[in-house]
Amino acid sequence: MTDTTHSSAPDTRIEVLKGFWRHFKTNRGAVFGLYFFLTLVVIAVFAPLIAPHGATDQYRDALLVPPVWMDGGSWNHILGTDAVGRDLLSRLIYGSRFSLFIGVVVVSVALVVGICLGLVAGTFRGWIDTVIMRIMDIILSFPSLLLALVLVAILGPSLINAMIAIAIVQQPYYVRLTRAAVISEMSREYVMAARVSGVRTLRLMFVTVLPNCMAPLIVQAALSFSTAILDAAALGFLGMGAQPPTPEWGTMLAEAREFILRAPWVVTFPGLAILTTVLAINLIGDGLRDALDPKLKRS
Amino acid sequence: MLRLILRKLGLLLPTFIGVTLTSFFFIRLLPGDPILLLAGERGVSPERYQELMVQFGYDQPVWQQYLTYLGNILQGDLGTSIVTKQPVLSEFMALFPATVELSVCAIIFAAVLGLPAGILAAVRRGKTLDHTVMTTALVGYSMPIFWWGLLLIILFSGILQWTPVSGRISLMYWIEPVTGFMLIDTLLSDQEGAFWSAVNHLILPTVVLGTIPLAVIARQTRSAMLEVLDEDYVRTAKAKGLSTYRVVGLHALRNALIPVITVIGLQIGVLFAGAILTETIFSWPGIGKWMVDSIFRRDYPVVQGGLLMIAAIIMIVNLIVDLAYGLINPKIRHSE
Repeated sequence: MTDTTHSSAPDTRIEVLKGFWRHFKTNRGAVFGLYFFLTLVVIAVFAPLIAPHGATDQYRDALLVPPVWMDGGSWNHILGTDAVGRDLLSRLIYGSRFSLFIGVVVVSVALVVGICLGLVAGTFRGWIDTVIMRIMDIILSFPSLLLALVLVAILGPSLINAMIAIAIVQQPYYVRLTRAAVISEMSREYVMAARVSGVRTLRLMFVTVLPNCMAPLIVQAALSFSTAILDAAALGFLGMGAQPPTPEWGTMLAEAREFILRAPWVVTFPGLAILTTVLAINLIGDGLRDALDPKLKRS
Repeated sequence: MLRLILRKLGLLLPTFIGVTLTSFFFIRLLPGDPILLLAGERGVSPERYQELMVQFGYDQPVWQQYLTYLGNILQGDLGTSIVTKQPVLSEFMALFPATVELSVCAIIFAAVLGLPAGILAAVRRGKTLDHTVMTTALVGYSMPIFWWGLLLIILFSGILQWTPVSGRISLMYWIEPVTGFMLIDTLLSDQEGAFWSAVNHLILPTVVLGTIPLAVIARQTRSAMLEVLDEDYVRTAKAKGLSTYRVVGLHALRNALIPVITVIGLQIGVLFAGAILTETIFSWPGIGKWMVDSIFRRDYPVVQGGLLMIAAIIMIVNLIVDLAYGLINPKIRHSE
């Protein structure tokens, strides 16, 4: 548990971080996931420098060229090209930008809003708690992907709207976690001491209590980062996410579907990219959970 | 027990009303005029427009419209499809068995493989087998199942030609829907080969839909088993000299199963989300594909009704799981 309070000196903070890293390091899978993820971040940031071709450049003389190790492949298009002659590797490299962007935006929005709602519900209890939690129950009674689909149908299909929809669908988990943590923290003595010494409610919520509720939230953030990428790819695959010719991995899969038996590589690689990215983040999530809170179980 | 049921139902009621509000406002939140949306592409004349306004009650205040809507739902009237002109409820009922059949097969597939895998991993904790099972489970858990389905089609339908690509049964057969479950109906129909055709069509979708529940069940079984294997009564059983088989199979497993069964029950929401993708890939004529198609066809009454039915079913199943959990777990049963 990270039992730091806001008043602890910076060097204890570093100690805590060191302790955390010692735990995290013992999980080899998690460290591997972290390195993979960092590589992906570098690829996404420097995409225009790394990618051999543009994401939407069409080479009319090279349609459905197979990857280099298959008959007819060439080094010019290492992973081959799609049906309109776009270089697959370059599209995948640019696509990493979208997936990471989706993850960051969805998690940030869901985390910030979820923490605020959870803090309010857990601190004030009463009718406002009931209202917030009932609304979360309603969101949870729909299958997440279906609700996201319907929300996108209302908002109109686009990447931004898909991200909004996914953030809404993921909201309840953050609210529930924050609320539960806040309620258990509120009965602790340090909160009582803070109250007695006259700390204002807002400061009590965000500065005194919140830092001690972060462990489960960080684990949940890692978990929902991968879910966000999967859901956004699924929406793209169903034609309700990023629209062609955006090189988003799910959208690329949707475009590739009709060539599934003729040119398996246009289907294989985008999915492999989604799988490895999500797997790496889930590995990190498992490591975070073990290091931050061994009691937390993930189903 | 009765008090428990009543209390749970009391908690469920506001959520159900919220769900009806959500589906009620769904059509009203869509950009554009509701009548023009309902009329579809054809458009309407101004007189007909006025008629429709009155017919659908849009000239009344919103709260009255909602009460009318609620009344209709309670009488089983979920509206009419714009495309097929059929009542939404009867369309739902006709397609629902296909989704149930697929989901039940997927859960059985997941449990039959996931339980032993989780138990073995727990018993061989820290060994190669444990690592292999858990790594595989994490890969399964991270799987974009729409891609997984396409890969299986490439391999089993494309290269090996073992299984068909789509549908529930070969077009050679015409099966009278008796129960709606193809596996049962084909057996009832006595047509040679029909049952195996249905099984063949079911295999790939089952594997695809069952993959994530399989991973979840394997992980959950392992952690539940690990917890139980540390308990005193298991140590006692071992100390008595019982065989590993008896200790694990009888003493540990029975107790570890309680959380696992709950997790299996709570997978229904995940299954529905998965069914949307699986049914779309395999052209499986169930609720998931029906919903996606309706969204694309802008058949909004269907989306509205389907949304409500699916949420209601998930709520009821979760309630049953909750109560069953209370039944098998004395700690909860007696906490009243």
